[in-house]
Parts: sequence; structure tokens; C-alpha cells
Amino acid sequence: MGKTAKLWIIWLLSTAVGGAILVSGMYFGGATRANLLIGKTTSGHHQIELACGACHTSAFSGRDEIEKTCKGCHAAELDAAKDSHPIKKFRDPRNADRLEKLAANKCITCHTEHRPNETRPMGVTLPTDYCALCHEDVGKNRPSHKDLAFDTCATAGCHNYHDNTALYEDFLEKHATKPELKERPIVRYNKQKIEIAAVGDPLTSAEQANAPKAHAGDAEVMSQWLATSHAKAGVNCGGCHAPEQKTAETIKANWVEKPNHKVCATCHSLETATWLQGKHGMRLADKMLSETAGLFGLFRDKPLTPMRPELARIPMQSKVAHTELTCTSCHGAHEFNTKTAQVSSCTSCHADEHTKAYEGSPHHKLWQAEVSGTGAKGSGVSCATCHMPRQWMEDEGGFDEVLLANHNQNANLRPNEKMIRSVCMNCHGLGFSIDALADPDLVKRNFDGRPSAHVESIDWVMKRVKERGAK
Amino acid sequence: MLKISKTLMASAIAAGAILSGGAAATVTAKGVEYKDVADMLIAVMVADRTVYTKKVVQRLAAKEKVIKASEHFEDDQALPLPAQMFRFGAEHVADKTDKFSYSLLSLWPINKQNAPRTEVEKTGLKYIEENKGKNFYGEETLGGKKYFTAVYADVAVAKVCASCHNNHKDTPRTDFKVGDVMGGVVIRIPMTN
Repeated sequence: MGKTAKLWIIWLLSTAVGGAILVSGMYFGGATRANLLIGKTTSGHHQIELACGACHTSAFSGRDEIEKTCKGCHAAELDAAKDSHPIKKFRDPRNADRLEKLAANKCITCHTEHRPNETRPMGVTLPTDYCALCHEDVGKNRPSHKDLAFDTCATAGCHNYHDNTALYEDFLEKHATKPELKERPIVRYNKQKIEIAAVGDPLTSAEQANAPKAHAGDAEVMSQWLATSHAKAGVNCGGCHAPEQKTAETIKANWVEKPNHKVCATCHSLETATWLQGKHGMRLADKMLSETAGLFGLFRDKPLTPMRPELARIPMQSKVAHTELTCTSCHGAHEFNTKTAQVSSCTSCHADEHTKAYEGSPHHKLWQAEVSGTGAKGSGVSCATCHMPRQWMEDEGGFDEVLLANHNQNANLRPNEKMIRSVCMNCHGLGFSIDALADPDLVKRNFDGRPSAHVESIDWVMKRVKERGAK
Repeated sequence: MLKISKTLMASAIAAGAILSGGAAATVTAKGVEYKDVADMLIAVMVADRTVYTKKVVQRLAAKEKVIKASEHFEDDQALPLPAQMFRFGAEHVADKTDKFSYSLLSLWPINKQNAPRTEVEKTGLKYIEENKGKNFYGEETLGGKKYFTAVYADVAVAKVCASCHNNHKDTPRTDFKVGDVMGGVVIRIPMTN
């Protein structure tokens, strides 16, 4: 065999082997999986882009299968938003002709993943005048809307496709004349005491700590623990480090040095569940874990690791780039100080303009006043006041509702009108809130100043009220 | 004569038992007539809606005045209006089955999305308004599928039905009175070949 022929054979063989490894890795799992990504993932999903199975439940699952997974994560928030265009509305056959123009019964019609060049705010991959496909005759009944461009419906601050809870006409009318700032600006749920998750006899001295000798905490840890609600509610060392264990022997045998979020969830289930829905915890959600082994264990998928600031697409503090995010990242391992968790935990990682402008802002001053005791309870505005607001939420059984801090900070983030009712209107009038959120520079300055934007929706509503009265 | 699933048939037969004023449904080994199924379904819908209107809304809102009924019932901590209750039921059904669907439409809709869209809807709504006490039955093809479509008159049974519609800011008609046909319930059943 000539040298050229040998080289050909070697080349063919190595190409085949290399190709097989690449394809097997992509199919069965492993490092080469990333080659399957067909375009930059949206900012909503980029953290979990290598957990392909979260959306593509099998290698060749069709669009209908993908569609089901959207609801798995997003159904509850759409429900909470009183979705204006729920899929069930489009199931009626009388809308069949409309569905031919726009398949509004499918999430992925408007939100197609891996299309970086077409992706607009809110992950929308349709041209922004999509409203016209069904509402082109809006001018007939609303002369005021006659000459408006259809790409302005959802961009002018007047309408959203899903969440219009703070924007619907009668709501605007009802709150049209409210002042910019209420007489007593208080975040009402922050005034309320949250029911404690555990009830036991209070633990008041370090001698009561039940950690085995080898793991006993030092004086600092003890004093931190004794100051917490945990100690006051009878939660001992073993409660977190050796859950469910009752005796000194079993606590020692089952000791976990760093309990994870699943341990916290045994008492704080909804807080953990909502944390797993947001960008802080989504990588650890059960459905994201893709621990699989394929082709006789040759190719493996490892579960996603916790989020790290270096993976974020927004500016973060470089000194914490590699820190893994768990419950204790914000709450501290033993101090569990909710005041720290509401501001300094956030600013220790986030380094965007809005965060950096918080210190010294009017909201920050109110927060400082509340913390120092000069301001009333509920009068302060921390990062968490707006981004993890306390809400009544259905518990996991789906019957009872409980008041808790929603740990999914993305739930009310975009479009930012979602914040109006859950947050802003605690203290501010509707019109002022709409305008403030419509001014991106004011948002960057962390609301230090006045809105320079004005959304005319309330003016239009009141004009219509006047016209009605004149009839 | 059609094959309609056993569960639907069973519930339809149960509903048929309470049908008043109509002929007994024709039930054979092969199935139930589309028209009979639609008539059975409307009987249940009308019954539920009447009960809600009389025993809940009229009693608590109009008579006892302990709570209001409001279009924005969640924000106003009030009762949903009977028409909303009906619509929520229709959406719930749409979530659970595609064996039938129904909607509440009108030639004078407050929400313009509830105006007739298909030819059968247009003809049916006109027919029930012009022929008091009669129902309209037709067939139509929507999105490549054939449907049996029945249209039943929705009459203003109480003063509040008429006054609320007459005074609503988005109403195209302001002279409704008790006894008027205000719209119609459209029931659709996909036809199998």
C-alpha cells in the first residue's frame, strides 16, 4: 500500500471516529452537546441551554412536545397575570381562520428559541405589528385608535399581550386622579408578620446545640444562630445539618456540612419553589437536572451546577464571579438576617447602573430610616421590596394561600408594568407609576428624580369619559 | 347518527332527563343525534346559569345587598356577572375537551370579539332574533373540520340584564328590555365521517 493510500485510510478513520464521538456526545450527552446550539439562546433560557431535555423532551420531539414544556415552567405566572390571551381562548373553532394567520394557541409561535437576530424584548420573535392580524379593525369602535401604527400597541406603554392587570381601561379610570405619592406610603404586606414555618421550644443557649463535637460551631456561629428565628422556633443544628434525625448518633452519622436548598425547602417550600423559577435558582430546578449516561456510560450528562455571577449577561461584581448561588449566598449560613438579604446580598453581586444608583436614592433613604427605627414598619424600600415582593400565593396543595416573599425576582421584572400593582401602587399613584417605569433613564438612576416620559393612556381614558358625559 | 364518546353520551343522557318542553332524545345503539346532544348541553348550561343568576347574584346582590356583582369582580371583591360565569365555564370546557365547544355571542356585543364571525353564526343569530322561541341548527367547516352548530336565543330574563347592557360604555345598543333576545349561545360539535 502506498503512502498516500495509508494517509487516506488514516484520514478517513480519524474523521469517522471523531465524527462518531461528536455525534454521540451530542445525542447521548456530554461536553460536545454545546455544538447542537443553533444560535444564541434568549436571556430567559441561556442559563439552562445545555439542559436540552428541559425543552426537547426527546431527541426528535416535535413542536407540540416542546410546547408542553413551556407550560411546565410558565403556566402559573401566566395565570397570575390574568393572561389576556390565554390559549384556551383560541381553542374555540370559530377562531380557526385567525389561527391560520397567527397560531396564537402556541407559545412558540411568538417565542421561538435560538433566533438571536429576530429576538425582541420579552423574547418575542414576531414582527412587532402582530396585533394587527386580529385587531386591524380596532379603529371602527375606537376612533382614537384609527391612525395608530400597529407596532405601537405593545410598545407605547398602553397594552401588553399577556399581562394587562394594571393597564385595563376601567382600572385606569378608577385610579386616574390618584396623587403621585400616597399620604401614608407603606408597603402593606411588609407591615404584616409572616407566619413562622416551624414551632418548637425556643433554644436560648449554646449548650443546647445538638451538633456532634467534630462539627460544633465556634462562638461566632453560636451567637449568630441564637439570634435567628431558627433558634427562637426551636430549630437546632441537626434540623438543617441532619434533617429528620432525632438521636445524637444518627445526627452524627447523617451530618451534612453544607445543606442545600432542598433542606431549606422542608420548611420554606414555596420560597424555594419560587427561587427555583427565577434566574437565581433555575439551574437547580428538578426538570433541569440532566444526569444521564448514554451508550453504555461512555457519554454522560452532568446536572447543571448552581448559578455563578460569571454566567450572567448583566454586569456583575468581578470579585464574586465564581461564587455559586444557593440559599445561603444571600441569607448567610448561620445568621439568616433578612435585612442583609434584602439589600447588601444583592449589591454584593449585582453591578449594573440601577443597582449602583440605589445607594443614596430616595428609596434607599427610606430603607435606612426603617432599619434604624426612625421610619415606620413597611415604609422602607429595599431591593427585595420591589424585586421579591411579599405576595399571597397558593400553597402546593392548591387550596390554601400563604403570604410570603416571592423568591422569583423575575416574576414581575418584564414587562416592568407587572410591578405597578404588586409593588409601586403600595405608595404611588397609577399614572405616576406608569410614567416612572416608562422612563429607562429614571430606572437606571434608581428613581432619583422625576419621570421625563409620559404615557397617555389615562388621558385617553379620561377623554372618553368626558365624551360619554357630554352625550 | 353519530358516534359520540361514551362519557359525553352518558352525561348528555343524564342532561336529557331534565330537558323540558322538547321531544325525548333519540338514543340508539349507534349514538345520539347531534341536535339532541346540543339540546341536552344547552339544557345544562341554561340550568346552571339560571341557578347562579337567581340563587346567587339576584339574592345576594339585588335583594340582600351583601355583595355587588361586577365585571371586575376580583379587583372589586365582587361576584362575577352571570355572563362571565358562563364564559368561564366555556373556557374551562375548552381546556378539558375538544368534543364540543360553546360561546356566548351577540349582534350587539359589548366586547367586539363576541360579534358573529362565521356565516352560520351570522345567520343563526339573526334567525333566533326574528323567530322567537326557535333554535337554529346548521353545519359548517372551520379550519378544515366539519361542525354541527346550534344557536340558542339568550333572552334578557331580568331587568338588570337589560339595564346593565344598555348602560355599559361599550354597548352598541341601548334599548334592550326584558324579554328581548340579547344574543345567542352557539354550541359546536365536531362531526365525524
